[in-house]
Amino acid sequence: MDLKSVKEYFAWLYYQYQIISCCAVLEPWEQSMFNTILLTIVAMVVYTAYVFIPIHIRLAWEFFSKICGYHSSVSS
Amino acid sequence: MANLRGSVVTNGTLHNPKTQQHKWQSTDCVKNGIPKEAQQNRKPPFCDKPIFESYPEPPLYVLVLTYMGYGIGTLFGYLRDFMRSWGMEKCNAAVEREEQKDFVPLYQDFENFYKRNLYMRIRDSWNHTICSPPGPYFDIMEKVSDDYNWTFRHTGRVFKDVVNMGSYNYLGLAVKYDESMNTVKDTLEKYGVGVTSTRHEMGTLDKHKELEDLFAKFLNVEAVMIFGMGFATNSMNIPILVGKGCLILSDEFNHTSIILGARLSGATIRPFKHNNVQSLEKLLRESIINGQPRTGRAWKKILILVEGIYSMEGSIVNLPQIVALKKKYKAYLYLDEAHSIGAVGPNCQGVRDFFGLAPEDVDVYMGTFTKSFAASGGYIAGKKELVDYVRIHSHSATYATSMSPVIAEQIIRSLKLIMGENGNLGGRQRVQQLTKNIKYFRQRLKEMGFIIYGDDYSPIIPVLLYMPAKVSAFGRYLLKKKIAVVVVGFPATSLAEGRARFCISSAHTREMLDEVLEVVDKLGDLLNVKYFPFKKSGHSAPALYNEKSFDNEASFDEMNVQPEA
Repeated sequence: MDLKSVKEYFAWLYYQYQIISCCAVLEPWEQSMFNTILLTIVAMVVYTAYVFIPIHIRLAWEFFSKICGYHSSVSS
Repeated sequence: MANLRGSVVTNGTLHNPKTQQHKWQSTDCVKNGIPKEAQQNRKPPFCDKPIFESYPEPPLYVLVLTYMGYGIGTLFGYLRDFMRSWGMEKCNAAVEREEQKDFVPLYQDFENFYKRNLYMRIRDSWNHTICSPPGPYFDIMEKVSDDYNWTFRHTGRVFKDVVNMGSYNYLGLAVKYDESMNTVKDTLEKYGVGVTSTRHEMGTLDKHKELEDLFAKFLNVEAVMIFGMGFATNSMNIPILVGKGCLILSDEFNHTSIILGARLSGATIRPFKHNNVQSLEKLLRESIINGQPRTGRAWKKILILVEGIYSMEGSIVNLPQIVALKKKYKAYLYLDEAHSIGAVGPNCQGVRDFFGLAPEDVDVYMGTFTKSFAASGGYIAGKKELVDYVRIHSHSATYATSMSPVIAEQIIRSLKLIMGENGNLGGRQRVQQLTKNIKYFRQRLKEMGFIIYGDDYSPIIPVLLYMPAKVSAFGRYLLKKKIAVVVVGFPATSLAEGRARFCISSAHTREMLDEVLEVVDKLGDLLNVKYFPFKKSGHSAPALYNEKSFDNEASFDEMNVQPEA
């Protein structure tokens, strides 16, 4: 029964998404087009985050640690 | 310009409306423009309470999402327009002819764009065909569309016994033929239906005179004149009362008929903020100080146009303060009681009765018979000189066919029922039942968490839905569940405030209202429209729905305070 209520909840969420973004009043081919474009954008965002964020965090960490390390080496 | 707080000076002190407690023990001869004798003799029932009208704001994300939804709709609208203009899709909308393609474009403004791309998609919620009298239950014919709402056809099926929350049937008088309509049948046999003439030529019947005398007695005014159509009453009679060189101050949410009449008259029109007495006073002062636009001469006449109950907001006009203002600044007041005549006031006499003011306080009364009286037509009432002038000069009397005698008799029958002649207290009971229904319905909707506009005594209850897809889903779902409401979208309201409008009738029983409320509750959860910004701590105790607590004003005020928390 828990699975059913979870499925219902997701169905309700999908309905909310359709209502809020006016997909509920669009024709079916417009709905598919909108969903496809949105999913593509979301997929690209996720991919970019997966590929680039760890590298940027590592570089930023090195940059700041070098500054602090330089600062401590000067002050000591 | 003196600031408005400083306007509490000289004659007629005008207090801040929020804290206005009328102090009747003043030694001034005239306070707020209301003579002392009137204050002492008359005990206005509702005058002690300030008008409580709240316009609750939804959370900000709602407005953001609404505009986002419109943005997506607009993008798809551009796409479809592009496809239509490049021939990839058949164009069902109106276009200019080939030869006119180089002229000034006719269909490129925002209104036509909106109509083609956004309104067409949800058009099936409007223009239903009904096939029974608009009582508390009625029948709707089913219509389907094969091409996404460009064309419709009736399948022949009929939805029977749909609960009617959309008709303006406030006193429940719109019924099939019953024995109180015997006089209507006799009139039909004696006079026929058509009048085939205008008032000035051969179209004034003795039925009209009888109706006018009876109605003047009902409204407690000197004279009344009857017209065949309510819209034409406003649009054809305002131009004869004011002209060039006069000033019209009209509420920003006035009905189209009033706006049309004001524009046709040629006077200068200045709108003031809805039901906002400070805005009206500021405009009055500025206009009187500056005079007419180019010449600076004094205005010939100043006319304030207000309505009794506004049909989209459900708010009741702040009449005592507007009357005080008009007396202070020597303006005239035109009150359009289309929705409020018969539906508010302890004697069903409209907003003047509701606030307990004197009949001479309003200069021109106007109203229609379409709503509470279940007929059609309009009236203008007031002093005898005014009505005599209107009789001679009205465009409607000169050119439009007068009211059919059958309809006049129907209004007389409704009036006699309301006035309680022949012994029964019909009208009072009906309006009391209506007030009870209104209180109960508003109470329950507020507790459920919907945002509702309008005064606590007004029979029109707009439930705010904001997003366009929710507006259409609300209407469709409720019709599937056999409840009919009117949903309202962009051109009639502002862009972000889509709403569903419930009209309560005295013919609704408690069970009908409960049925509707249950469905609306579930629908509110499904669509997620319960935007009221308060923390709900479970459902209120059932003791609140006790009959007695609704007749007790004090406890209703306590309950009224609750959603503020």
